[in-house]
Amino acid sequence: MSLTTAHSVVVPSTTSKRIAAVLIIAYALISIVPLLWIFATSFKTPPDSIAYPPKILFQPSTEGYCNLFTTRTRQTAEYIASLPPATSFCDEVTRKRNMVIAGPSNFLPRFVNSLIIAFGSTFCAVFLGTLAAYGFSRFKVPLADDLLFFILSTRMMPPIAVAIPIYLMYRELGLSDSALGMILLYTAVNVSLAVWLLKGFIDEIPREYEEAAMIDGYTRLQAFWKVVLPQATTGIAATAIFCLIFAWNEYAFAALLTSGTAQTAPPFIPTIIGEGGQDWPAVAAGTTIFLVPILVFTILLRKQLLRGITFGAVRK
Amino acid sequence: MAEVTLRGVVKRFKDNVAIKGLDLTIADGEFVVLLGPTGAGKTTTLRLIAGLERPEQGSISIGGEEVGGLPPSARDVAFVFQQYSLYPHLSVYENLAFPLRSPARRMDKLEIDRRVRDTARAVRIDHKLGNRATRLSGGEMQRVAIGRAMVRQPAIYLMDEPLSSLDAKLRAEMRLELKRIQQDLGATLLYVTHDQIEAMTMADRIGILKDGELVQIGTPREIYTAPRNTHVATRLGQPAINLLPRGLIPDADAAVAAQTIGARTEHLVIAKATNGDGVVDWIEHLGDQNHLHVRVGERKIITLAPPDSPLAAGDQVAIRYKDPLYFDANGDRLGGTP
Repeated sequence: MSLTTAHSVVVPSTTSKRIAAVLIIAYALISIVPLLWIFATSFKTPPDSIAYPPKILFQPSTEGYCNLFTTRTRQTAEYIASLPPATSFCDEVTRKRNMVIAGPSNFLPRFVNSLIIAFGSTFCAVFLGTLAAYGFSRFKVPLADDLLFFILSTRMMPPIAVAIPIYLMYRELGLSDSALGMILLYTAVNVSLAVWLLKGFIDEIPREYEEAAMIDGYTRLQAFWKVVLPQATTGIAATAIFCLIFAWNEYAFAALLTSGTAQTAPPFIPTIIGEGGQDWPAVAAGTTIFLVPILVFTILLRKQLLRGITFGAVRK
Repeated sequence: MAEVTLRGVVKRFKDNVAIKGLDLTIADGEFVVLLGPTGAGKTTTLRLIAGLERPEQGSISIGGEEVGGLPPSARDVAFVFQQYSLYPHLSVYENLAFPLRSPARRMDKLEIDRRVRDTARAVRIDHKLGNRATRLSGGEMQRVAIGRAMVRQPAIYLMDEPLSSLDAKLRAEMRLELKRIQQDLGATLLYVTHDQIEAMTMADRIGILKDGELVQIGTPREIYTAPRNTHVATRLGQPAINLLPRGLIPDADAAVAAQTIGARTEHLVIAKATNGDGVVDWIEHLGDQNHLHVRVGERKIITLAPPDSPLAAGDQVAIRYKDPLYFDANGDRLGGTP
């Protein structure tokens, strides 16, 4: 840092930058410690995971992951001794605990359910939200303000408040425990957020661009596709992340409405506890894997979020 | 290129009538400038021709064909907006190619490329074709915007104060360039501005709009020398015309009906005098000329004086008219069109 640098009123001083950095690092650490603990636990053995005092350093093991993906049955030592030699690491650790692998667990299909339902509902909410937001932003919709308020009002209570009517409705309609039902539900919850967020972004895009495109020989829909959407990508990415995080993490409705074929990962993971004791490494392993898609999605769209909106072609 | 005709066009926005029965014909190859203050209906006129607004009454035809019911994409017009002119997510090349790639046109790639490069050369932006539209200076952006209109040969070019966001020097350059381009192409052009210099220098004809009505249309010379009324007279001329009540200074040969006398610089003869008609109040030195502020009774006359003028603030001056403009009690010019 050169001492001759002129002091500017808009550029923060070095001291305030340092204070900001310290605060951010402290916040990041506090936020990340539980995640790191879960990640570490997923590589512990069951005894290590409940050891007291807690073990910071331990011999890593993939037993948690073995247990997550398999179901096991307890057998007598004689029976286990009569089996042919273990062919995999998972076989080996299971047998050490007087158990054998009986088959794959439900984790993988539940995880796939989560992917289908979360991404499906995010796509629907963002798709419908973009069209609705564009309509509200550009056209004279009768009672537009009342409609927007109505849309927002669906967010004014916790979604779980309507759990019982929805449960009954879904039972009548045959939507219980179906991926379609969950996609519809999460779309309905998210679409209000999507409309409001995206309306803000689309309002910011001057309508002169579409008018120019329409004069240039495009229909309104083509102009929307070629001119509005590319400029709204930042807003769409941000909205998609919010919708995805909600749909991915949602627990209450998933626990209530899904039990079998359409069950998502959040209600499934706690059921691991109980199958053969408190298997914290398996729970931690499930949680770790559960975090990966949202992490990847956020990292992929981070650039879109940070790029900012290019209003530079405009001289105001 | 084609002739564009508006007949009895009326446009309302809620309770406000923006255009009150506009009749206007722009001949093939003509450069018409609409001049008027904010809210006079200039931009609305352009938007009506482009199809971005629908008139409540009246007809609009382009090349003899009624276009009132057609969407903008079917009207074969090009529009240069005052701002927000370029697609920010596209490069300069893509911006220029955008109208040619429209589904309405279906032009082949080589032809698009040839036209984009020719146009870029014409507006002198060919060295920046690969740049993002956002990475240009204001002048370059507006050149690309004009290029995007030129890249196809529409029936009419509509320009909405395209130079207003540029600085003075660039505006002067662009004025010349725009006029040159229009003459080269033989383009029909309707141009909206509130800048009288743009109107005077570029127009074949100037239309003066006021409150949604076309007050007068004619060549710049006609509008300047024979304004229909005081409103038109004040639109052109720098400094603005002095509108003086009859009898303020000697006006022996004025007609009986003349109530207001309009005097531009060339209508005034000012000489130093003892016991004159007025007193020099203030002199603004602009270098090549001076603005002379003369107080006559309660009124102030602003006129030009040569830089070597011997007049100084506080001097008594005699003022005489030389063929000024006469206006009646309603503000209409005597001898002008009825």
